Amino acid sequence: MEWIRNNLITPLVEQLFPAAVHTHAVFTIETVFKIAVIIVPVLFTVAYLTYAERKVIGFIQGRIGPNRVGFFGFSFWGLGQPIADAFKLMFKEIIVPSGANKALFIAAPILSLAPSLAAWAVIPFGDTLVLADINAGLLYVLALTSLAVYGVIIAGWASNSKYAFLGAMRSVAQIVSYEIAMGFALVGVLVASGSLNLGDIVAAQNGSMVHWFWLPLLPLAVIYFISGVVETNRAPFDVAEGESEIVAGFHVDYGGMAFSVFFMAEYANMIIIAILISVMFFGGWLSPFQGILPDSVFDVPMIGTLLGEGIHWLLVKTSFFLFMFLWIRATFPRYRYDQIMRLGWKIFIPITIVWLIVVAVMVVTNMPWWFD
Amino acid sequence: MYLVCLHEVFFNFWIDKGVTNQVLENYFPILLFIVIGLVLGVSMIVIGFGLGKIMGHARPYKAKQSPYECGFEAFENARIKFDVRYYLVAILFIIFDLEIAFLFPWAVVLDEIGMAGFWAMMIFLAVLVVGFIYEWRKGALEWE
Repeated sequence: MEWIRNNLITPLVEQLFPAAVHTHAVFTIETVFKIAVIIVPVLFTVAYLTYAERKVIGFIQGRIGPNRVGFFGFSFWGLGQPIADAFKLMFKEIIVPSGANKALFIAAPILSLAPSLAAWAVIPFGDTLVLADINAGLLYVLALTSLAVYGVIIAGWASNSKYAFLGAMRSVAQIVSYEIAMGFALVGVLVASGSLNLGDIVAAQNGSMVHWFWLPLLPLAVIYFISGVVETNRAPFDVAEGESEIVAGFHVDYGGMAFSVFFMAEYANMIIIAILISVMFFGGWLSPFQGILPDSVFDVPMIGTLLGEGIHWLLVKTSFFLFMFLWIRATFPRYRYDQIMRLGWKIFIPITIVWLIVVAVMVVTNMPWWFD
Repeated sequence: MYLVCLHEVFFNFWIDKGVTNQVLENYFPILLFIVIGLVLGVSMIVIGFGLGKIMGHARPYKAKQSPYECGFEAFENARIKFDVRYYLVAILFIIFDLEIAFLFPWAVVLDEIGMAGFWAMMIFLAVLVVGFIYEWRKGALEWE
């Protein structure tokens, strides 16, 4: 980063901007560069997550999945599929229904994508590898992931279509219901770590695999993951877009790029949920071998880097939870709507409240291992 | 250029209010990230509309622009009456989300405030649980 700032950004700024704004310009361009370093891989992951989803579900169902579209005349197991899909969607006509509320209809996908990208600002990828190291990190993530509900309800309302409207109502009711359980689970993490800063939350889990919060907060971790599946409207909680009854739910009238923006927002949200679970309950960038192998192993070149803490562990954990999303979708039949609401209100909320009290007792009594 | 101005305005505004440079350097990327997220969303929609117009041979006509109802002609307005339970869920959500907002600061400092803080929040949670049981018994959580 130093090198890029000194050799690329500073000369560029000196050429382009008046001297009065140099420091501002250097800082801004540097930040834009860092943001690009986050957003581009995220969008790439979104594209290939759709491929992974089709492939994984294909294999689970005894099919092959996409295997034709490749590069330079070779199929490469169908790896070109997401790019072909992206181009196809880009060139499709966007239909705005005549009865629709035009401004809101167009604004809805944007309002859905922007927060799901902006939430990445505070995600810590490593010890010092974080764009915005703010103290209110978790609060910010909670706020932005909650904003996703606006995109859904605006889309459903603006389409002026019955399927879209019903889908939006269902989707919003289920999202806000599970947000309570999610919020309580987050409070549990806060009690355990004593900080809203996501980097500090990971640091509080330092030690070994048993020091990670998944063990003392096991019910909260499970509930957080299931709520994450509901929040992103994924199967088996996808009544909001249940194909067999309301076709595609809130985005039934969207096509082309407007639809793919919704799609990207949903997948970006999935990745955020997966990465947050890794950060809050599974030690983020910490290595699972820490505390098991002797410390001297981590000083060995190559092997030490591989087994020691680092961004690669965060990516491994995140990939695992993303795989869980796909696995769950391929395995479970869709829930009935009243079952979803019962699970959220009558099972998850009582469990989270009880376990919150349990965690608080553990913290005030300084229970050994985790909170001493 | 506009982004640089954004940075200058943002910094000057908050430094005048007494916020330190260090804090601003951590919060400015967030503002920039939100702006870039919005710009990305807008540009994708614009590209979609533009390319769709040129390459997609956009020819809107009445049937194509009518809301999708499985091929039938749409009847009635879509802004129909909806179940009051959705409304009830929204109200209950506001109450519980507020409780969570109260729990956040308590959770962060629980280690420092000790037993007094712990019992204060237990009383609060007890009141919350009584309200929750009341809702449950009244049938506000039923979806039959």
